[in-house]
Parts: sequence; C-alpha cells; structure tokens
Amino acid sequence: MTNRNHRKFEEVCRILEKNGNDPARLIPVLQQVQEVYRYLPEEIMSFVATSLNISPAKVFGVATFFSHFTLKPKGKYIIRVCDGTACHVKTSTGILDALYKKLSLSEKINTTPDMLFTIETVSCLGACGLAPAVVINERVYGQMTPEKTSEVLDGIIKTEEKQKEAVNA
Amino acid sequence: MKTANTLTIDGLKITIEGEKNLLEVIRKAHIDIPTFCYHSELSIYGACRLCMVDVSGRGVVPSCSTPPEAGMEIQTSTGQIRSLRKMIIELLLANHEQSCTTCQKNTSCKLQELANRFGVTKVRFKKAAAARPLDNSSPSITRDPNKCILCGDCVRMCREEQSVGAIDFAFRGSNVTVAPSFGKGLSEVECVNCGQCARVCPTGALTPKSDVAETWKALEDKSKYVIVQIAPAVRVAIGEHFGLEPGTIATGQAVAALKRLGFKKVFDTSFTADLTIMEEGTEFLKRLEKKEKLPIFTSCCPGWVKFAEQYYPELNDNLSSCRSPQQMFGSLAKELLPEKYGIKKEDLVIVSVMPCTAKKYEAAQEKFAVNGIKDIDIVLTTQEFARMIEEAGLQFNSLTPESFDLPFGFKTGAGIIFGNSGGVSEAVLRFVNEKVCGKKNTGNYDFLQVRGLEGIKETSISTPAGTLKLAVASGLKNARTLVESMKRKEVHYDIVEIMACPGGCIGGAGQPVYYKPEVKEKRAKGLYDNDKMLELHSSQDNPYIKELYKDNFGEAGSRKAHRFLHTHYASCKRTHSGEISILKGNSVNKLEVTVCFGTSCFLKGSQSILKGLVDHIKLSGLEDKVEVKATFCFEKCNSGPNARIGRKLLEKCTIGLAVETLMDEIKILKECASV
Repeated sequence: MTNRNHRKFEEVCRILEKNGNDPARLIPVLQQVQEVYRYLPEEIMSFVATSLNISPAKVFGVATFFSHFTLKPKGKYIIRVCDGTACHVKTSTGILDALYKKLSLSEKINTTPDMLFTIETVSCLGACGLAPAVVINERVYGQMTPEKTSEVLDGIIKTEEKQKEAVNA
Repeated sequence: MKTANTLTIDGLKITIEGEKNLLEVIRKAHIDIPTFCYHSELSIYGACRLCMVDVSGRGVVPSCSTPPEAGMEIQTSTGQIRSLRKMIIELLLANHEQSCTTCQKNTSCKLQELANRFGVTKVRFKKAAAARPLDNSSPSITRDPNKCILCGDCVRMCREEQSVGAIDFAFRGSNVTVAPSFGKGLSEVECVNCGQCARVCPTGALTPKSDVAETWKALEDKSKYVIVQIAPAVRVAIGEHFGLEPGTIATGQAVAALKRLGFKKVFDTSFTADLTIMEEGTEFLKRLEKKEKLPIFTSCCPGWVKFAEQYYPELNDNLSSCRSPQQMFGSLAKELLPEKYGIKKEDLVIVSVMPCTAKKYEAAQEKFAVNGIKDIDIVLTTQEFARMIEEAGLQFNSLTPESFDLPFGFKTGAGIIFGNSGGVSEAVLRFVNEKVCGKKNTGNYDFLQVRGLEGIKETSISTPAGTLKLAVASGLKNARTLVESMKRKEVHYDIVEIMACPGGCIGGAGQPVYYKPEVKEKRAKGLYDNDKMLELHSSQDNPYIKELYKDNFGEAGSRKAHRFLHTHYASCKRTHSGEISILKGNSVNKLEVTVCFGTSCFLKGSQSILKGLVDHIKLSGLEDKVEVKATFCFEKCNSGPNARIGRKLLEKCTIGLAVETLMDEIKILKECASV
C-alpha cells in the first residue's frame, strides 16, 4: 500500500522520459498517465506541465477538451453504454436507466462510492451491428437488454466479493 | 492599366505591398473590416468570421487568413456578407451577458460597437449557457466568463506576447471557457497582473479591477487627508477619453481635475522617478566598481518583477533593489508628510493614478506596508480616473490647467520619459554620462537609440571605465528572449531595462481602451515632447531631490535611503497546486519529508534526490515511519534543489545530505518517542 504512490510517481517520470519530455507529445503523455492513475490528478498535471515546459493552463485545456480524459477518479469498472444512432434506436436509454437505478447513480454522480463502477455514455463505438452495445473496461457486450446488463454486473460484483474474502482470509 | 501586383477591392485598384493577408490590404484602402480576433501583433486565429469578404471565383472567405493575390476581385460588403456578420453578432449576443449599462466596458466595448454598426436591434435566440462565477481573486483584473465571446485574443496575448500562458481555453463544445489552470482564480496562478489580456479583450470579460468606490469613500471621509500621485504615462492618454488626440499632454487639466475631485495635494510620480534614477544610478555605479551583480535589471515594473521572481529567481540579486517610483512615493510621503501637515499617519490616504493594473498588485504586497499601514492605499488606473471625472460631471477639456504641489510635484524630463520603453535607460544614461564621463548634459541630452517601439533595443556608451552596454526590452516575451540569450552567454549587457507591457507604461492595460496601433506611438511622442518643454532633463539636477537628500537621506544609496527606498525580492510560486503523495507512512509519529518539484529544483535534480531518499527508506525498512511528498516550490529557487526533512529545510540538497539528515531526524524522533 505504502509503495503504490511511489511506484505510480516513478511510472509518471518514466513516461515523461520515454516521451523525451517533448511538449508536442502532451496527449500521449496524458493518456499514459491516466492509465497509471485511472484519472488525471491536478498535482500530476502540474508536474507534467513543469516537465514539458508548458503552462498548466494549456495542460488543463487539453485534459478538459478530450472526453477520454477525466479529472475525477473513476471506478475499477468503467461501463460505457453506447448511445450512437443505432444503439439509441434500439433503446440503449433503457439500459442506461436500468444501470443508474441498479447502482443508484445519475448523469452527475456517475461513480459508485466504493469506486467499483463508473457509468458513461459514448456516441458510437463503431459496433452498430451489435446494437445496443455496452463496453465494460475492454470487453464488448452486444445486443444487450437491461436484464442481461444487470446479470453481467451481478457477475462482476460476485467476483469482487470473492476476491475480497480471499484477501481477508 | 494592369500591373502584376494589384487587386480590386469594391471596384478600387489597390497595390499589394507585402501585406500577409487580405485584411491588411483592405484596411489600407480605408475600409474598416470588422474583427474580434484579429490583432496585428498576435497570430492569426480566424475564429470570429466577421472579416469575411467575397472573392470572385472563390466565394466568401475570411480575409484575415487569406493571402492577397494579384488580380483578385474582392467585395467587402455584399448583402450576403452583411447578413452573415449580423447573424454572427446576434449569435454572440445570445449567450453574452447583456448587462451593458452596468458594464465597465460600456461605450468602449467592441461587441456593443459592432452590434450598433450592423444594426442588430433584436436578438432572436435564447440564452443557452448557464451562469458562471465571477473571478474576483486578483487585485488587478476581474474575469467575467459570462461576457466572453471566445475570440482567444487574451489567450494569445498572454502566451505569445507575454510568454506567460496563465489563461487558456478549457472544456469543450458549448462548455468552452477561457480560464486559468484547474479552475483556479487568477491570483492563484502565474498571472503577472500586466492586464494585457484586458487590453485586447473586445468585451467586458476581462477588465481592470475597479477601486473607484473605495476612493470616493476616502475622499468623503472628513477625518482623512487624501493626496494623490499621478504617473507620467497618464497625462498623455487621459485626454483620449474626452476626445483629445492620443499623446495630447493634459497634465494641467489632470491636476485641476484631481483637485476638483477633492484631493488635498496632487503630486507627480515623475518626482520619485527622478529619485529612482538617483538611487538606481548610484546602485549601478557601486556594482560596476565592485564588479558584482551585473547586469543590473530595472525594477520599476511590477509585472516584470513578478515574472522574474517566478521564472528567473536566479536574477533576484541582479534586479535593482530600488522600489518602483510608485512605492518610493508612498514610503516617502507616509514618512515625511504627516509631520509636515500636522496629521496622524493613519489619516493620510495616498492614491495613485497609474496606467497599469499590476500597480494594484504591487501596492497590496505585504512588504510595502509598515506596521499594517500600507504605503499606497489605493491604486486607480487612467480609466478609473476618467470615470471619476465623468461621475463628478467635470468638463475635462474646459478645466483651467493647474500645477502640481511642491515639493513632490517638481520633476525633470528624465522622470517624465519613464513612461516609455527605453525611458528609464535614457534617464540612467543622462545620469551616468554626467557622473562617469563628467559630461554635463547641456544641449544634447537625447539618446535616440533606446527610443521607439521595437521589442528589444540596445546601445552602448563609452566611458572612462570602459564601454557600457545597455539593452531595453518591452513585452515579456521579448524579456524572456533577452534573458535566455544572456543565460546562453550570447550577449552581454551592463544595464537591462524591462517593461512588461509592449511599448512601456504608455501601453499599460489601465490606459483608455484603444484598438489602433498608432495610438501608442502618439502617446510615446507626447512624453518625449513633454521632456523637451521642461527646464531640466537630468534627475540629478532636480533641486527638490537635492534638498530631499540634504534634509533626509544624506546621499544616494545611504543606509537611510535603503530603508525607505529599497526593497528585496523572493522567488515566487507559479501555481498553488497541491502536493503529490509518494510514501504515506502509517505510524502516528512519522517524519515528514517534502522534496520540491518546482521547475527550478526539478532542473537541478530533485528527481534523483527523491529516488535516492525513497530507495534508502525502503532499504532501511523505514517505510512506516516516513511520509514523503513532492511539492511545488518552497519559494527558495535560488538555492535549489530544496527538500524539507522534519523541521530542517535543506538548500542545495544532495542525496548524501538528504539521507544523512533523514537518519538524524529519525533518531531524534525515536528519542522523543521513548521519552
């Protein structure tokens, strides 16, 4: 536990080095940093700005422009419900509403307090053939219904609980 | 007649003379193409689309980003273009907070002007944006995002001309806003308060902060004795607000207006500018003799001083220790005048009228207060002064000119030209030329090489002590360029004058709003003309300065002079960002370790110190007992890399020193715990 912060910070230093501290590589740097922290903490963005010799306002601008970047910590599982035209027509809204209800979340508060789930919508995943589509972390689920999505979630919650028990035991 | 280099604009044949874009060619033809985002000194952005023109065969194109070509046939005001422009303005107004009558920019707002020009009488669209909070954190500038039209002028000004980049676009789509980093206020980031962003802002989104109400309050308080000083650059610009030509010397009217507003005494900042020359000139000669702390950098400009403290803390010793003329005045007046006028020190209120927004920040600094009494109580900009004249209903142009009060109202021409970039240098040259070369400045006292609006100027004079080289920069980008080339040892100077605003104080952000580039030239000329009209031209000839030294300070650079007229500099944090936690340390009684990761320390190797420390902590199994954090700036950049271990602040830290101190502190901690 104590080592995690240091490991992360060293990782950021390595990322900056790997990208040659090149200001033109701000976006790839931020992408890689976000992989480490699962979001972009303010202090780390300040550090990135210092190291790349650009103003923090610029880094903030880039980080807030792309929807890929997030300035708030996200859950371990990021659920992306596709709301592109095809998925929307095939009632993706129903899936989204069911998810919000199940996890007691909303558009504004979209991460569970235990930091397990974050719900997001995306405009087209390019998987229209599978509409309505839901992506959880890297895995794509096609032709979803509110019931099926709920089952997937239950599966994840069960796995997580088992893991917790194993650690405690 | 057909020449290779002409094009046709609304039927007129116009020659292309090296203009980079159509817009400049069209304006040359005396057609005022409307723009929000075009400024000749900034890069071309092409966002506002108001400068659209019809090029035959191409259709409607933005003239700012279209290069002129021979043979082009251009129409600048077709029905289609007029309706496009009207539509753009209408759309901008839809989301713009239309509180025009109560806006600081009322009557000088470009959006208002163009809406009027294009006959926008009705806005058909509903407001879609939610209200955003006002940023009032800075003592110098107020930021109102609800009035922003996203032209980006401020962003480019701050980044391109000032090389600061304190504000930038943030968020996306309909949420886009111009803001400092991480949603902070302007006072919490690297903003140097120069206000150039506000100078180019076409609306009231960025405006100099107003202290008019506070001034009225002081003037109406019968127990207060309110006096005022007025900076050189104000007198050649204030008239613009009342329809006079830029550069008109309106000193007499300005003084009369101040007296009518109720100020008991009206003094001239040029007097303390003369005093600055005495102190700074003497300081320079001393440094020259000792061959130390050279080059000397001027310190009159608070924008530049904050810039230097933030980005070049290693220059802190090179900055002249002299306070700016504004602060010298404050210190002097608060010390000498209460006795002279038979009043209590706390009842003396000093107001400054300045062309500058950064002066508000300067006056608010703690180091310029004695026992909680500020040296300067209120700073007004030229704009605010004009507003007070209007509020009082004074007809500026018909006021009978009056003269300054003595003794702090008498100045030489050297103190007047301070308002121009190169002015301080010229004043110093007039001082040094006499003191070192023994030449009395009679007849020709001009040093033309340091005049003009170029960003970087240089000159040299030969003296018995060798050749002295001077450089003058205005605009902080130019300052950065100059300092960087000095650091690379490509150039060498003895005296460097820097002003944050392009052109010097005459181009300050507190001056009346203007959109034409030639205004600055005229104001500069006004100051040089004013110098010519005065009897004396060298600060050392000012009889009241001589008297001041005789009665109070002894000689220039004396101990007492240092106490009242000099100051000190400290490195200054750029942003107020939090700390990065590295090791948490679980035990209750843990040792706190912070390593600075500000730019200066980072470059000096704080990363390897942190790594060395953490490796050592892990090796010795102390992970539970130590909390390690990386932080941004201890404001001791000069002696970096810095680390704080327990209660000890380590300067010029090395891995060895850090580890040694860590072990000592751990030992003390253990001993304390066992007791």
